[in-house]
Amino acid sequence: MTDTETRAERVVAAPDVPRPRRRRPGGGPRAGTIAAFVTPFFLPFVLFYLVPVGYALWQSFRVVRRTGGQYGTSYTTFGGFHQYGQVLQNSEFWSSIGRIGLFGVVQVPVMLFVALIMALLLDTPLLKAKAFFRISAFMPYAVPGVIAAIMWSYLYSPQLSPVVDLLGHLGLHPDFLGPSAVLWSTANVSTWLWTGYNMLIMFSALQAIPQELYEAAKLDGASNWAIAWRIKVPIIAPSIVLTTVFSIIGTLQLYAEPAVLRQISSNISSTFTPNMLAYAVASGNNYQQAAAISVVIALITFVLSFGFMRLTSKRAGL
Amino acid sequence: MSDLTAPRRSASRESLASRSAVMALMFILAVYFLLPVYFLIVAATKPQGDLAATNGLAFSHFNLFGNLHTLFTRSDGIFLKWAMNSVIYAVLGAGVGTLISAMCGYALAKFSFRGREFLFSVVLGGVLVPTTALALPLFLLFSSTGLVNTYWAVFLPSIVSPFGVYLARIFAAAAVPEELLESARLDGAGEFRTFFSVSSRLMAPSLVTIFLFQFVAIWNNFFLPMVMLQKESLFPVTLGLFEWNGQTARAPLLQESVITGSLVSIVPVIVVFVLLQRFWRTGLAAGSLK
Repeated sequence: MTDTETRAERVVAAPDVPRPRRRRPGGGPRAGTIAAFVTPFFLPFVLFYLVPVGYALWQSFRVVRRTGGQYGTSYTTFGGFHQYGQVLQNSEFWSSIGRIGLFGVVQVPVMLFVALIMALLLDTPLLKAKAFFRISAFMPYAVPGVIAAIMWSYLYSPQLSPVVDLLGHLGLHPDFLGPSAVLWSTANVSTWLWTGYNMLIMFSALQAIPQELYEAAKLDGASNWAIAWRIKVPIIAPSIVLTTVFSIIGTLQLYAEPAVLRQISSNISSTFTPNMLAYAVASGNNYQQAAAISVVIALITFVLSFGFMRLTSKRAGL
Repeated sequence: MSDLTAPRRSASRESLASRSAVMALMFILAVYFLLPVYFLIVAATKPQGDLAATNGLAFSHFNLFGNLHTLFTRSDGIFLKWAMNSVIYAVLGAGVGTLISAMCGYALAKFSFRGREFLFSVVLGGVLVPTTALALPLFLLFSSTGLVNTYWAVFLPSIVSPFGVYLARIFAAAAVPEELLESARLDGAGEFRTFFSVSSRLMAPSLVTIFLFQFVAIWNNFFLPMVMLQKESLFPVTLGLFEWNGQTARAPLLQESVITGSLVSIVPVIVVFVLLQRFWRTGLAAGSLK
């Protein structure tokens, strides 16, 4: 009944009360105003994010041809999946992927495990001087990857490093820049840079848990250890998933750190990581091939990060 | 089960043993994080000849001022130019970036319109796109428009921060009450006036957070300037030090300037970091709510 009443009222009222023209029904601003708020971001976002992605895709389907022999003029034309075929047959591509896969499988879990332990310890009453530990771990985030790699390269260098000296006194002679060690020396720079950042994400999530949640467990005599692993870790699982996804993305994009270590170690090739390979190919003016490599890296990143999110959300029964 | 039935352990005994273990572990980790910076500070105070000749962790002849003089006068003071460039890219880029992120995030949080959720999911997708993946195609696009090898080539892509929009939306939703906007509208204030004179003030602490994240992202960026710039006078400090570092094999005397330059370029950012650390935590907490 009320429904028809209001409808009738509206019909009657409509001609008398002129609807405000420039306002939308909810009293919100009109479309032009909304556009003025979002366009300053979306215009550069489209130009410098979406257009390059589209351009790389387009380039990756093109090939360079020449008219008549070696000295003919070159032109680009549609080449189907030719560039992708080249990428998949490129042994340097696969070895860079294998290298970075090994790197990620070891470095990401180690880094996140250390970050989680630190976050949990900072969240217990066991620790003193918490601010000092928190800041010293987060501080490397302020250091550019290039400079972090330069600092560590001095600590790796056989001539200058106090660490090498110290280990030498103990009878150890590690070659941080040797063929098998250099991948792990690079991994150490990444770990140094990002552990504190990940720790702080997990720590912030821990701080958001209401204390009452632990009270019952404490009254039941649960140890700090049990509270940490059975209550805290499951609650902050989404943050751990998030840090893992960011770490996977970061690992596949690795460039600056190995590029710096390459300046002092002949054991890092110009195609050490997939991104270095893409840059090396682009420097050789083979832009179409470089674009295809970038697209394949992006696809692998996408599949891994979404695959990981799906896997973890299924397991958690969400 | 054993947890429930076991007699409660004496609190003091548990904490004494675990307290020392925990402190020892955290101390080792702190040494790990601080060691490279400590080494850099020590090395920056030494004359070039002492770098290899003396213990890297102990001070020797104090020559910091001599090193700074060499650093700032080398190649007609190019290092100062690089440092200024980094400041320009990072401060202006993060400033403009924060403004446009705040406006967009605010609109996504406070205005209801068709396509809002779609726009927001596009932004979220953008958070996952690594900027290194964009650098090469951007180079090709910019080289056809003549932007390569100019300030704009690094500045323009740097102002876009999808993560900033994401943060701004969360912060605007939390900090700006709906009733306030309603009463401002009833008073006849335009949306822009409300945003700039009321809402942006309520969002101020979160705008600092957005600015800081973008500032560090631009300051630390290396791949984009490396792809875009050939002209040394446009380099940010990361790219300049990378070039110098590559020349130390031929010109070993550059080593001391690379070390001192690295120290000079990280100290101001670390100081700002420590002073403003509460803003980081709000940003990281919001980031983890996803």
